[in-house]
Amino acid sequence: MPDLGKYAFEVILAYGGSFLALVALVALSVIQARRSKRRLEETERRRGNG
Amino acid sequence: MSFWEYANPRKFMETTDNLVGPAFVLAGVCLAVGLIWGFFFTPDDFRQGSTVKIIYIHVPAAMMAINIWAMMLVTSLVWLIRRHHVSALAAKAAAPVGVTMTLIALFTGAVWGQPMWGTWWEWDPRLTSFLILFLFYLGYMALWSAIEDPDTAADLTAILCMVGSVFAILSRYAVNFWNQGLHQGASLSLDKEENISNVFWLPLLVSIAGFFLLFIALVFLRTRSEIRLRRIHALEMKERMA
Repeated sequence: MPDLGKYAFEVILAYGGSFLALVALVALSVIQARRSKRRLEETERRRGNG
Repeated sequence: MSFWEYANPRKFMETTDNLVGPAFVLAGVCLAVGLIWGFFFTPDDFRQGSTVKIIYIHVPAAMMAINIWAMMLVTSLVWLIRRHHVSALAAKAAAPVGVTMTLIALFTGAVWGQPMWGTWWEWDPRLTSFLILFLFYLGYMALWSAIEDPDTAADLTAILCMVGSVFAILSRYAVNFWNQGLHQGASLSLDKEENISNVFWLPLLVSIAGFFLLFIALVFLRTRSEIRLRRIHALEMKERMA
C-alpha cells in the first residue's frame, strides 16, 4: 500500500466508491442478460410446444 | 458487405456473440494495469499530493460520460432517419452505463475538490453542466420506462437525446467558454502543449482504454438483452392475438 499521506481517506473513498459503482453496473448487466436469455428460451419453447 | 447489415438484429447477435467475452477480458486487463499502475506506482503531485491518483478514475469516467451521450446521439439519429431498431436499443442500452460514468465523475470530482478547492461542490460552469447531463441521463432512462410503445419511446427519447447534447457539449467545452469557473482545463488534448507529465499520462491512457473497452463490452451485452426482450415482447403479442 503506498503512503497516501493526509489525503488517504479521499483517495480510498474515490477508488472504493467508483469500484462499487462499476461492479454493480457489470453485475446488473450480466444478471439482466442471463434473465433475458432464459426468458426468451422459455418463450420460444412454449411457442414450439403450443 | 454493408455496414447497415449490423442493424439486422440477427446479424448483430451473431457478430457480438464472440465479442462480448474478449471485450470484458481486455477491459479488465487494461483497468487492472492502468489503475494498479496509477495507484501504486506513480508519485504524488507536488501540489495535489496523493489526490492526483484520483485522475485515473475521474478523467476516464468524465470522458466516457460525454462520449456515451455522443454515441447515443448518433444512434438516436440513425433511428430517426433509418428506423433501425438495433440503433435505438443500443442508445437505450448505453444510458445506464453513461449515468454510472457521470455519477463516478461527479463523485470523484467532489471527493477531490474538497481538499483541493476547499469545497465538495461549486456552481462552476463545467460542474453545473455535468450535473445537468446527469439529470438528462436519468430523464432519458425514465422516459424509456414510462412509454409502453417501443417505437414511440424510441422517437421521444431520441428527441430528448438531441436536446441533452447541448449539455454534453457544454460539459466538454464549458471551461473554454467561461473563465470564471474553478475547474481547470483539459488534462488531455491534441494541442502540442504538455498539460500533464508523462509519469501520470501513460497509466491514464491505459485506464482510459480500460473504461472505453468496458463500455464496449457493456453496451454489446446490454443491447443483446434489449434485443431479446424485444423478441419476447413480439412473441407474447403473437400468443395473445392467436
